[in-house]
Amino acid sequence: MKTKPKPSTQYADFMSRAYTMELEATERYTQFAEQLETHNNREVASLFRKLAEIEKLHAKRILEEMQWPSVPALAPAYAWEGAEGPETAPFDSLHYLMQPWHALEIALHCEREAQKYYAGIAASRAPKPVRDAAREMAAEEAEHVRLIKAWMTRVPKPEAGWDEDPDPPGVR
Amino acid sequence: MNAPMPAAALQAKDFKSDYKPVWCPGCGDYSVLSAITKALAMLELKPENVAVVSGIGCSSRIPAYTSCYGFHGVHGRALPAATGLKVARPELTVLVASGDGDGYSIGGNHFLHACRRNVDLTYIVMDNHVYGMTKGQPSPTTEPDWRSKLAPGGTGVREFHPLVIALASGANFVARAFSGDPNGCAALIAEAVRHPGFSFLEVLSPCVTFRPDQRGWKELVHPAPVAPTDDPARAARRIMTDDGFNIGVLYKGNRRVYAPPAAKGGTVADLEKAFQL
Amino acid sequence: MWLKVWPRRSSKVAAMRNSVSVALAGSGGAGVMTAGNMLLEAAAAAGYYGLMTRSSGPQIRGGEAAAMVRVAAFPTDAQEDRFHALAAIDWQNVGRFAAEIPLGPQSVLIGDPAHGAPPEVFLKSGARYIPIALKKIAAEIQGAWPNMVALGVLAGLMGLPAEAVEAAARKSMKKGLEPGIAAARLGFAQAANLGGFALQKPETSKPRWLISGNEAAGYGALRGGVRFVAAYPITPATELLEWLAPALTEVGGALVQAEDELASINMALGASFGGLPALTATSGPGLSLMIESLGLGVVAEVPVVVVDVMRTGPSTGIATKTEQGDLNIALYGMHGDAPHIVVAPNSVSDCIAATQWAVGLAESLQVPAIVLSDQYFGQARAIVDVPHRTDFDLERRRASPGESPYQRYALTESGVSPMAIPGTAGCTYTADGLEHNERGTPSSQAGDHLAQMDKRARKVSQLDPGDAWASVEGEGETAVVTFGSCTGPVREALLDKKVRLVSLRLLSPAQPDKLKKALEGVKRVIVVEQNHSGQFLRYLRSEYDLPGEVKSLRRPGPLPFRPEEIEAAL
Repeated sequence: MKTKPKPSTQYADFMSRAYTMELEATERYTQFAEQLETHNNREVASLFRKLAEIEKLHAKRILEEMQWPSVPALAPAYAWEGAEGPETAPFDSLHYLMQPWHALEIALHCEREAQKYYAGIAASRAPKPVRDAAREMAAEEAEHVRLIKAWMTRVPKPEAGWDEDPDPPGVR
Repeated sequence: MNAPMPAAALQAKDFKSDYKPVWCPGCGDYSVLSAITKALAMLELKPENVAVVSGIGCSSRIPAYTSCYGFHGVHGRALPAATGLKVARPELTVLVASGDGDGYSIGGNHFLHACRRNVDLTYIVMDNHVYGMTKGQPSPTTEPDWRSKLAPGGTGVREFHPLVIALASGANFVARAFSGDPNGCAALIAEAVRHPGFSFLEVLSPCVTFRPDQRGWKELVHPAPVAPTDDPARAARRIMTDDGFNIGVLYKGNRRVYAPPAAKGGTVADLEKAFQL
Repeated sequence: MWLKVWPRRSSKVAAMRNSVSVALAGSGGAGVMTAGNMLLEAAAAAGYYGLMTRSSGPQIRGGEAAAMVRVAAFPTDAQEDRFHALAAIDWQNVGRFAAEIPLGPQSVLIGDPAHGAPPEVFLKSGARYIPIALKKIAAEIQGAWPNMVALGVLAGLMGLPAEAVEAAARKSMKKGLEPGIAAARLGFAQAANLGGFALQKPETSKPRWLISGNEAAGYGALRGGVRFVAAYPITPATELLEWLAPALTEVGGALVQAEDELASINMALGASFGGLPALTATSGPGLSLMIESLGLGVVAEVPVVVVDVMRTGPSTGIATKTEQGDLNIALYGMHGDAPHIVVAPNSVSDCIAATQWAVGLAESLQVPAIVLSDQYFGQARAIVDVPHRTDFDLERRRASPGESPYQRYALTESGVSPMAIPGTAGCTYTADGLEHNERGTPSSQAGDHLAQMDKRARKVSQLDPGDAWASVEGEGETAVVTFGSCTGPVREALLDKKVRLVSLRLLSPAQPDKLKKALEGVKRVIVVEQNHSGQFLRYLRSEYDLPGEVKSLRRPGPLPFRPEEIEAAL
């Protein structure tokens, strides 16, 4: 029979999950950047590096707010509700010929999912400090959504046939 | 909460080498690599005490992407190489990496006998239902109606069911994972390594280039509705209703782990007695 | 000194012989092999050298069998031109052995009249038929068998002391010992009435072993440091593996039975990658399967030893018989240019040193080594001088824990780069069959491929084998060049002749300078080999300059060369 956790613990727990979310998002964007660099798509690779930096900053802010050392004690294989954290881009989102607009579309999806996640907690029966924090986070994610949308207007929209490659796959 | 982390604790990134994989962006194998490194960190192993043995194929490129010892052998023969290594050096942790072509086609015979032999190995097969490295031919797990250049009308041949074969041949641990859940995959890998004997983990790992239809897998996978069993008969009944997308551990057995006879402590000179008149 | 040059012995001995060959044959259940073994043991007990080979019909049980035993006052593993005696318990299907048991007018045929006259194929040799009622004599003693009577007859014919026969019986027989000995004595008495082929006493009674070629190779492997063996049964290599199984447990190694040869070679490679000298043994069909993985061993630079106990080929061939037909595949079987070691023992006893040496070469050069033994050596049991204990001082060069990045395939002058063993910190690497750079990263660069090809080539070609490369004996303007089991009959043929013998023990890497020196002054070369197409001749022509006139004396298996065939070619 689990005892009801103290409110401060639940808040720390929530923040630690938020931190992990940012961390995993950072890792995923970095992985994407590396994959695309190896495949000569430098333009989108550097865009993913930018996105990774942004998430890293978010993560850093959480650490500063909570006054934590570099890594909180959270189990490495924490189980999310879905397969991965809401802000983590799905591993199969990439295409080697993808364009900046596609990358931002992915980021947009991630921010929207994050916003939904926090909004869900804000509307739940969690303790007040947690709901307050969640509401704040949701608002922040909403802001991120706006920023990404604006960014998307500044990059060209891909035309039909963007994924056409006249060469067949490399013979191995 | 502010307890300092143990000084020399290795993290997942310590198990990654600095080689950049040549897999297509979006390949499921990236997640498997990530999952393996996470699992090794969770298990608190050291890279020099782990060996990753593989055959030939996209998934078999994995050893060099880790910072562990690696053996990238010939097509289909990863299991015997790993067997020899583990029997010679039982204190090492030996992972075997393969794909559905390398592991179930040319490697099929060795698969049967490795399950039987039950040497303490962890066999991770990255299954994408296609031969990726050679540009998209059907593999033993490909659907019979999937069209390709080698089989324009589909092979018409029933797919291989690796979990059934593993269970029937005597593997001590049988499970399935999905690369789309790297953390879940990491947990299963760690569990497989921890479990004694031959642990078989089939990982559904979509091929974005030759099987773009596999993007739909993330909607099809689901946690297995029942807990693992140590009763082979019960596991056998369950596997016969497997839809190919049950994620989790099917069977965790208690079979005796392979061990060569204990040394008798003699010398080579002692053997000469047999030849003396 | 690793090898003992065989002293030249005169074949002319007054009155007594220095060698007698007899054969014992009969159908299943007659105990032919058992009696043949005992005869060999008796010869050993009496201070002689000798050799036993055997032949049988295709049946698993109950088939006809023949045991061929040569007893000599000097070490030998060749067969004589003729058998002096053939004793048959019965004649059922024994005619099939006629080509393997050549007789002459001086030979005797001993048979039980109750089983009829000997087959025409034996009689036409001119051999004298001596009927002895083996069955009737055995029946005089409760629990005695005719094969023991025959054993006594043959022993008596040779002049082996009765005590030696008795000692052999005591050693081998688990039951029926007393009746057996009694039966042998009766047979012995029968021989007294016949003109014998009495053997001269052996010169000295040196310490000797009784060993088969397969056992010798297994033992040599362990001496060389092998502690992991992968096994897949195949005639005629199975006994080598079966001997190793308990032996490895004794000394602290492991033998794993594999599901096929593809598995056994890879198991051995895996164990070797892990730091343990490893070996497997097979025959032609198995070696064919292993070829791809041997190439992996070459490119990944993982030591491994494969003993190929050659049998009559190609394809399934004649599993129970010998041939020297795997030279091509041993030397040239791998795809691509894959330099490696090929060693050929040239006597039953040499199977020890040659295998031990092969292990040392494989380890020190980090390369696969193939040992070309054959069914003749493998399944022959020979009485040999106790072999010299040689320590070759050939070890694997290991990397020390240390500075990164570790260059597994560093371009050293010798071509040998230190090998990191799993468990060693700071030098992890991935062994790869893919071409690679010095670090071991797969590479498709021309420069890397050339550099690594050169490395792997010089690693092997720069080997200086010293005197172990060949047995070089005698002098003269004619030379016989051969290898493996042809060496024994060649040696015998060259007794008292001014002819050189060169029997190559190291086939790869070739040693052109050494052969040139060994053939200095030679005007005529005869190349002797036991295969159809002349694989050894072609190898010699491709690697060496042969002086003067070159003649090929070759024949496929299964029959061994006899000294007179070689003499005729001289």
